Amino acid sequence: MDYRGVSALETILVLTHVDDSGTALSKASLEAVTAAVELSRRLSAPLTIGVLGPPSMEAAQAAAGLVAATGARVLVVSGEDFAQARYATDAAGCEALCRAAHASIVLLPGSSRFTRVAAGVAHRLGGVIDTHIAGLSRNGTIEAARWFYRQRVEAVISRDTRPWFLLLDPGTHAAFAGEPAAVQVQQIAVALPAVRTTVQGYRSPMRDAQTIRPDARLLFVAGAGWTKKQPDGQTHVAEAGEQILAFLRLSGASLGSSKSLADQKAEGKAGEEQPVLPFLTHLNQIGQTGATPRHAKGLSTCCHGEEPHAVGWRFIAERRAISLDPNCGWTRGKADVVYVADAFQVMARVNALLEARSLGG
Amino acid sequence: MANALHIVVCAGIVPDPLQTLEPVSGPAGPGLKNEMVLPAVLDPWAACALYEAAQLVAKNPGSKLWLVSLGPKAKLQQVMMTVGQKAAFELVPIDGPIGGFSDAHSTAAALAEAIAALPGLDRKHLLLFGGWESATRGTGVTLQLVGERLGIADQFQGVDQIALREDGSFEVLERVEGGKHQVSVCAGTPAVLGWATGNLAEPRNNPQVGMQNMRGMMPALQKAKSATLAANGLRYVSVGLPKQQRETRVEKNMSPDEIASELVEWITAE
Repeated sequence: MDYRGVSALETILVLTHVDDSGTALSKASLEAVTAAVELSRRLSAPLTIGVLGPPSMEAAQAAAGLVAATGARVLVVSGEDFAQARYATDAAGCEALCRAAHASIVLLPGSSRFTRVAAGVAHRLGGVIDTHIAGLSRNGTIEAARWFYRQRVEAVISRDTRPWFLLLDPGTHAAFAGEPAAVQVQQIAVALPAVRTTVQGYRSPMRDAQTIRPDARLLFVAGAGWTKKQPDGQTHVAEAGEQILAFLRLSGASLGSSKSLADQKAEGKAGEEQPVLPFLTHLNQIGQTGATPRHAKGLSTCCHGEEPHAVGWRFIAERRAISLDPNCGWTRGKADVVYVADAFQVMARVNALLEARSLGG
Repeated sequence: MANALHIVVCAGIVPDPLQTLEPVSGPAGPGLKNEMVLPAVLDPWAACALYEAAQLVAKNPGSKLWLVSLGPKAKLQQVMMTVGQKAAFELVPIDGPIGGFSDAHSTAAALAEAIAALPGLDRKHLLLFGGWESATRGTGVTLQLVGERLGIADQFQGVDQIALREDGSFEVLERVEGGKHQVSVCAGTPAVLGWATGNLAEPRNNPQVGMQNMRGMMPALQKAKSATLAANGLRYVSVGLPKQQRETRVEKNMSPDEIASELVEWITAE
């Protein structure tokens, strides 16, 4: 695509997709719309919203609601081929939306669906991409904030090349709120490539309950100390598991884990190897080789809080920790409060108090 | 031989996670202080990809494994002394800059060019592996861009499992939101798989494998082509360490009951 002369006056496209229901835009998409609306107002740049998803009147109306609220043009790529997330079809759909919009700046939500395809689409359009964008600003030119080295170094970047694709981290903007409206949207035709991948659905590795809750206010992180010998000289892994699950049930928290705990294996009932806490997988892992989730609060237990752990806490606003080690990493400016105590004893009492509250309330 | 695979793993080298990192500005842009002397390891998620690839190659006779890595030759040699003992592979080194501040598009171009030129690579049977993100730049786009450059339209990211089938098709589990996996079945190679953690533990060092690898590695390192990475219009406005240092309150004398009460108040407060 020839973008010569376009960069003087930016044109913005925000690409969105529907959620699992197929009838509404995903939360991350609505967050990206907020970012795009803010940027278009700051730059006085025209805004286009692209929607990818299955044929759905509700989704089209939701997108149309954005027209009414934002004054943007809405382009839609829809069809059964876009009902599920798949590289070949999603890349073709996004490419068609980009070519129709002819935008110089393309914003996308950092969902798993668009993270899979955004770079490929940028390449097809001769553009460039930056991801994990935590903030956008304007200082003569567009500047984007992102992290390097697993959230240990922060940087602000800018690019002259267009189109510039920016994949926004979920949770960095408020979700856009607009009422559905009956407004015309423009359908974009897509030439699909041969489809060799069939999406069969979702599988949850959790055996007992879903313990990863991205929308929870609290992140509860369990470290390897839960499986270590206690003052009586014995390990109490089963009790640890019960306490952790009870806390998750009572508090609604999302469960994170240190790598050392997620790596620990035990023998299952049928003799197979399984995680020492059976509801725990590498998906729970927080830190250097795990996730960096965004939650309002975080409570660490039995984890020493060294740098490889703490980098996973970069986006946790309020941090507390329970540790038997008064010199653990959390005490060195990484947490707001550190309780030097036995997490078994404390969490048993926390659970009892939460249980009493739930019964009383 | 129905499932003979040609697996290419793209893996960079990164500073050991326990090292303190300090960004500095230089004539070529930002970098890390003493970057060349910091102990380095193979990128963790890419290492998971390597171990998964080695297991697939072991299970499928006739398969072959390449490890393509871009970095300073001396640093690559140092890291490969250890990595070479983990799995049998052919090293394809590209002599280039170290660090996370280079442009992913230029990196992808250099990797794709090296892969396309691999003698003996059958691209119909290619599985292009790597980590779904690096521990340096962490963009998660390099592998995708390499795949596009090689014309591969079946790509998977955040992969934790691949299960090959007799007919050459394979099932892939990819991480999606909410702690779930998306299950997909691909008709067969070629495909791109950006690995998350996978399911394999780090293999033990095997000195015999190390010796075998080393015979090919040293000549490959000597002959490594150098790559200059263009900035592609990328400009760094600022680079720094996060300023946030908390005033930590350390409570050593509270009873479990007192701590529990305080925690419950904190947890339930809006």
